[in-house]
Amino acid sequence: MLKDITIGQHFPGNSPVHKLDPRIKILLTVAFVIVLFVASNLVGLLCSLLFIGVLYAVAKIPLKTILKSLKPILPIVLFTAILNIFFVGGTPVFTWRFITITKEGIVYAVIMSLRIVGLISGTSLLTYTTSPIALTDAIERLLKPLAKMHMPVHELAMMMTIALRFIPTLIEETDKIMNAQKARGAELDSGSIKDRITALVPVLIPLFISAFRRADELAMAMECRCYRGGEGRTRLKQLKLHASDFVSALVCAAVLTAICFTKMLPVIF
Amino acid sequence: MDMIRVEDLSYVYAPGMPNATTAVDKVSFCIEKGDFVGVIGPTGSGKSSLITHFNGINKPTSGRIYIDGEDMWADSKKIRSFRFKVGLVFQYPEYQLFEETVYKDIAFGPKNMGLSAHEIDRRVKEAAAFCGLDEALLQSSPFELSGGQKRRVAIAGVIAMEPKVLVLDEPAAGLDPEGREMILSQVKKYHKETGSTVILVSHSMEDIAKYADKVLVMKDGKVAMYDTTQKVFDRAPELLEMGLSVPQVTKIFLKLKEMGIDIDTDVYTIPYAVKTLLAYKAAKEGGTNA
Repeated sequence: MLKDITIGQHFPGNSPVHKLDPRIKILLTVAFVIVLFVASNLVGLLCSLLFIGVLYAVAKIPLKTILKSLKPILPIVLFTAILNIFFVGGTPVFTWRFITITKEGIVYAVIMSLRIVGLISGTSLLTYTTSPIALTDAIERLLKPLAKMHMPVHELAMMMTIALRFIPTLIEETDKIMNAQKARGAELDSGSIKDRITALVPVLIPLFISAFRRADELAMAMECRCYRGGEGRTRLKQLKLHASDFVSALVCAAVLTAICFTKMLPVIF
Repeated sequence: MDMIRVEDLSYVYAPGMPNATTAVDKVSFCIEKGDFVGVIGPTGSGKSSLITHFNGINKPTSGRIYIDGEDMWADSKKIRSFRFKVGLVFQYPEYQLFEETVYKDIAFGPKNMGLSAHEIDRRVKEAAAFCGLDEALLQSSPFELSGGQKRRVAIAGVIAMEPKVLVLDEPAAGLDPEGREMILSQVKKYHKETGSTVILVSHSMEDIAKYADKVLVMKDGKVAMYDTTQKVFDRAPELLEMGLSVPQVTKIFLKLKEMGIDIDTDVYTIPYAVKTLLAYKAAKEGGTNA
């Protein structure tokens, strides 16, 4: 079950999507998310999904992985869809006792579902194709203006790097502890909800202890290498924008703008 | 009688993904009741993946495993019963401790078996004594103990389930020589006194030579050798080629042979080395006298 978690996973590759400057990738992702909200019509959302689909194809990330990352949010999608179907008022198309389904409700449900799918697949593409290090480097760079306002930008970025870095480690650790407790007959995936929650205690306690131990060790190792925060720190890998980055950025920006204009199209439904 | 029978067992990590790797590759072998089998192999040879099949933590991608003649995965709902038959001690088991007291932690396994309070009490005390844990320690927190003591608590937690098969993955890793000796001799004692089958994964050829009757050598997910300890260590050149080693004593005897001394090289323990040397000496003296 833990193997299904793909958030924050990175698939190294050599595609143009992978190579694009991480700063631009972050900005484009933010823009994409905004577009998902601005283009609140079916055509726009379908175009956005198509656009993301093309990018996935360019990045050569298998369809299976995308579907897998969407699987955990399926309940949320269904929940929103159902809520919208039943509770949005408008022209009724179907009535049964107290249940009324409206045309607007259906359209809204579809729009909301597509939007959530778009949000997850769009942001996943960023983490799939960008290494955590590049990602936090880029965030640090993008937030640098805030450092003038005495925001601890570097420290925040470092915390993010460490957090991202430790996701797979902690997943692995959890897996190990779960196996060890299963070997002692713990039942982790059956029984009532109450049983399952109590069954997690033998997993969570060792996990917390080991997380604290790791944090301690890491802090020690960083101090041994004279880490002392952001002031005056130089970096091994400088982020540089190339001509290709500008071209990609422009192309994507154009596509996203075009998607925004789908709003002007006559409403089909 | 076979305790564990493995037929054509394969295990693939992340099947169908681009990073799929075959950890265990069509392996077949039998482990007899009451055997003490050592498992050796280079890092990444599939040792850990193999042994986690014995109690159903890993489900084979293909192939079958029979425990005591019973097909393990015939009914996957019954898999839990095999966890009590085959006790598995993972690497660094001290990280699995979670209870407030040592007593409660050791009782976790027996409790999951649904035993009576009286039986649990007996098992906890016996297992603790078996692992050399003082009864006074039982009421202290497992987190206050030293590394070696924690390890023993964790092993006691598995032994308290009184499994017919005890599988240990590097139980002595990271301990001082005294701690190593203590844990392994207790495992041996458990083996002798209960007549259970023991499978010991280790990187220390000395430990394997000292405790195991049979040795299973893993290489690239396959069983490279499976024979008595003596016969396996007799194939020293092959082991060395695999990046493994032989016990120090064996190395000495190989060197002696290289130096032109006509002596058997299938020596792997100190007592046997002494015997062989004495026999050699007697033969030589006998020869010069005649």
